[in-house]
Amino acid sequence: MKAVRAGVWTRERALLLLPAALLLAVVVVVPVLRVLMLSVNRVELEDGFRLHFAGIEPYLRLWLDGRWWTALRNTAVFTVSSVALEMTLGVAFALVLHRAFRGRGLARALVMLPWALPTAVMALAWAWIFNDSFGVANDLLRRLGLLPHPIAWLGQPVTAMLAMVVADVWKTTPFVALIALAGLQAIPEQVLEAARLDGLSAWQRFRRVTLPLLRPALLVAVAFRAVQAYGAFDLVYVMTGGGPGGSTETVSLYAFQNYFRYLDFGYGSAVATTGVLIVTALVLALVRLARPRAEAA
Amino acid sequence: MADLTGHDLVKVFPDGTRALDGVSFTARPSRVLTLLGPSGCGKSTLLRVIAGLERATSGTLRFGEAPFDELPPGRREVGFVFQNYALYPHLTIADNLGLALEVRRVPRGERERRVRETAEMLGIAPLLGRRPAQLSGGQQQRVALGRALVRRPRFYLLDEPLSNLDALLREGMRAELKSLFGRVESAVIYVTHDQAEAMSLSHEVAVMRAGRILQCAPPLALYTRPADLFVATFVGSPRMTVWRGRRDGSMLHTEGAALATPAGLGGGDQLDVGIRPEDVEVSDRPLPGGWQATLEVSEPLGARTLLTLRIGGATARAMAERREWPARPWVRWPADRLHWFDASGRRLDPGGPGGSGNR
Amino acid sequence: MTAPRGGAPRRTGGPRDRAGTATAGRGVPAARVLWGLALALVLAWSVGPAAWQALTALKPDAQITHVPTVYLPHPVTWKHVETLWSRKPFGTYLANSAWVATWATLLCVSFAALAAAGLARMPGRGREPLLLGLLFLSLFPPILLLFPLYEGVRWLGWINHPLALILPYAALNLPLAVWVLESAFRQLPLELDEAARLDGLSALARIRRIHLPLAMPAVATAAILVFIFCWNEFMLALTFMTTDACKTVTAGIASVSGASLYEIPWGQLSAAIVLATLPLVLLVLVFERRIVSGLTRGAIKG
Repeated sequence: MKAVRAGVWTRERALLLLPAALLLAVVVVVPVLRVLMLSVNRVELEDGFRLHFAGIEPYLRLWLDGRWWTALRNTAVFTVSSVALEMTLGVAFALVLHRAFRGRGLARALVMLPWALPTAVMALAWAWIFNDSFGVANDLLRRLGLLPHPIAWLGQPVTAMLAMVVADVWKTTPFVALIALAGLQAIPEQVLEAARLDGLSAWQRFRRVTLPLLRPALLVAVAFRAVQAYGAFDLVYVMTGGGPGGSTETVSLYAFQNYFRYLDFGYGSAVATTGVLIVTALVLALVRLARPRAEAA
Repeated sequence: MADLTGHDLVKVFPDGTRALDGVSFTARPSRVLTLLGPSGCGKSTLLRVIAGLERATSGTLRFGEAPFDELPPGRREVGFVFQNYALYPHLTIADNLGLALEVRRVPRGERERRVRETAEMLGIAPLLGRRPAQLSGGQQQRVALGRALVRRPRFYLLDEPLSNLDALLREGMRAELKSLFGRVESAVIYVTHDQAEAMSLSHEVAVMRAGRILQCAPPLALYTRPADLFVATFVGSPRMTVWRGRRDGSMLHTEGAALATPAGLGGGDQLDVGIRPEDVEVSDRPLPGGWQATLEVSEPLGARTLLTLRIGGATARAMAERREWPARPWVRWPADRLHWFDASGRRLDPGGPGGSGNR
Repeated sequence: MTAPRGGAPRRTGGPRDRAGTATAGRGVPAARVLWGLALALVLAWSVGPAAWQALTALKPDAQITHVPTVYLPHPVTWKHVETLWSRKPFGTYLANSAWVATWATLLCVSFAALAAAGLARMPGRGREPLLLGLLFLSLFPPILLLFPLYEGVRWLGWINHPLALILPYAALNLPLAVWVLESAFRQLPLELDEAARLDGLSALARIRRIHLPLAMPAVATAAILVFIFCWNEFMLALTFMTTDACKTVTAGIASVSGASLYEIPWGQLSAAIVLATLPLVLLVLVFERRIVSGLTRGAIKG
């Protein structure tokens, strides 16, 4: 019998992994390399589009590009707000769902719904909800007496960003909630009972026992979500188109515009690459910072 | 320190299970009361009700004169030792021990002092800086104990604390626990399904079954005068041999042999009679008043040999000297070592039913 | 006073708990009501926006643009749905989405099954880095890949061809599928593998006859998750499919967006949104358990 334990690589294993590896290489690895290559090129319109090597010039251009910084700032604001809200809401939802009750499966399915629906399509729905004349948001707020006159949500920078964040939070909270729920279920019941007997109140139990034990799972959730929020395209494109006046334009959208509207693929690649580098660095830093305290030896 | 008493406690779970069916008990300071019984008998439920982790459906709990049914678990001042220890995985041992004190705002200096004292008493002082995952099972168990001890609670509740330890460790810990219990002022309520533990550690044992206490008595009384057939067969190892028979005049006719019923024994036509293997007399030579048996199995256990014998149409067991036994030894059941029970399992004494058992 | 909210309730499984499932709310009625309220809010929030679209789709035009907002349609009208069906090539969009998603899922799960089988029996030394690498690849924002893929698709002449979407979708979902399948395969007893080997079965045969059948739940989970992602994908679909005949439903609907949202027939659009999302709603309701377990598996291990 073949020594399964002896070596890591056997011919059989290599063959099994080959199809997936090939597909990933073609669809992911090669494009990434190509983007890197494109990013150090300049695009000139001379019978067709010709690439001229430009070194780090596109990156310098990026540094001086006000619109890039705006996009970066918008992306940061969007990501931080979204993730912060999602984490809080997600944990709260998980706490509510953590009991056994009849219809729990149905409740969970309904809570998951936002996550399963296409972002781009629901972005339209949200645009309708935040419509200044006919939208439900304005109507509800007015009925609750919180709003003297309707807000033009998507017509002003701050409110447009807010609306986008709400839409994103709606869509992705289920993901965090599910992870938090699984984390909650992994906490041994008896540890919480011991805490009760030690005299901790419900809030103290949550803060001093539940939350610390949830930390590893939440960390994973934050890392995932930060990267995803950063790269969010569907929502921005459909809901606000980057407007009004570029105040909700994110890095992804800016790259897209460079590619397909300005046909400046070199610069677009520089935008995309820099964006990815930044978020990778941040997430790594985040994980490294949190790791030593999260794990027991 | 006052007595901890429970009166007529009933606990019915939402699915209809009647886990506690009218349980009353008294646990006294400095004394160990053990709840002993098979799984499902309600002993753990009772413990949880006392701790406040469950609410009784009816009945009261008192500490001294004061009822404490309404107090939340955190305020009952209970030292609870969980079967699986339930240590806080993310805190150091020192923090695990000190958390309850911290919540009660015990000043830091005193808190640290008490934690250290308790740790030293249990031999875990060098582990104070570690986390539970780094400790062995035995060490974790001591920490769980320490967590209860450091609080100087009103009473201790231990839920099968030794059941997760291997046999060797268990024996050692049993002795330590006994010595520990001898030094505390509070009442101790101990739950176990292991009757050897119960016998060794307790001042009083309450044998439970199906939500009721069948008998609550000092260990030796349970052994010599079990109030109930179930108690008789549950306590004592090896198990008591019990024969069922029909009474005819002054004789009980069983499948094994016929025995003379003592004068004044109540009960009806159907009786059970039992004897502990260690009380059976065995001999090579004929014993007057005895029977000749057929030896089926001989198990040399070390100090003694356990014999499984066939007498008439039934089997019986006898704990005999360690030696080889012939194929047909003689066996006698001394009348003063017999235990008599009526058809419902209640103990019968010559001169009237009942015995030393209460509920 | 203990409020049950914030503390976890009793769960089954402990040796003492013979009483079946734990109950919600240990009896403090006020806290129980609060919890019920919280649950109601959570559900309303989750379902609200989608439900609102459904209501809008059934309203007559006048009520849609009525101020103040009319909440319930009366009478209910099916006009928007009908017009949508007949006017726009909506049916085609749906068919395209289904076609692309199904093939991508099949391809993805097959490749993932092979890879997962290879990884499952690998010693940790080799397996862990590979799984981590896979995770790393899955985190790349798609915008990074978009343009080169576009170049490639154009070069191959695959603009408006389903393969332009099927292959990338399969690739982008490989990490997720491999994660789900690998952990399931790893839990199968090693002895089965070994017995099959002794019986002379090749690796492919083993996968087909042992791994897949025994890990069917995980396969279903992976397939459902991948299908959902494929159906919902937008960026690639928008870029690679330009004609109505080829668009998927996300690109088709969302490409309606533009500068002036006031000119859009919201009734029809709402109907389109509802029809586009209905299959997913059904999927979620039916397969809730699978989806939940699949999503959390990777996260907890990670």
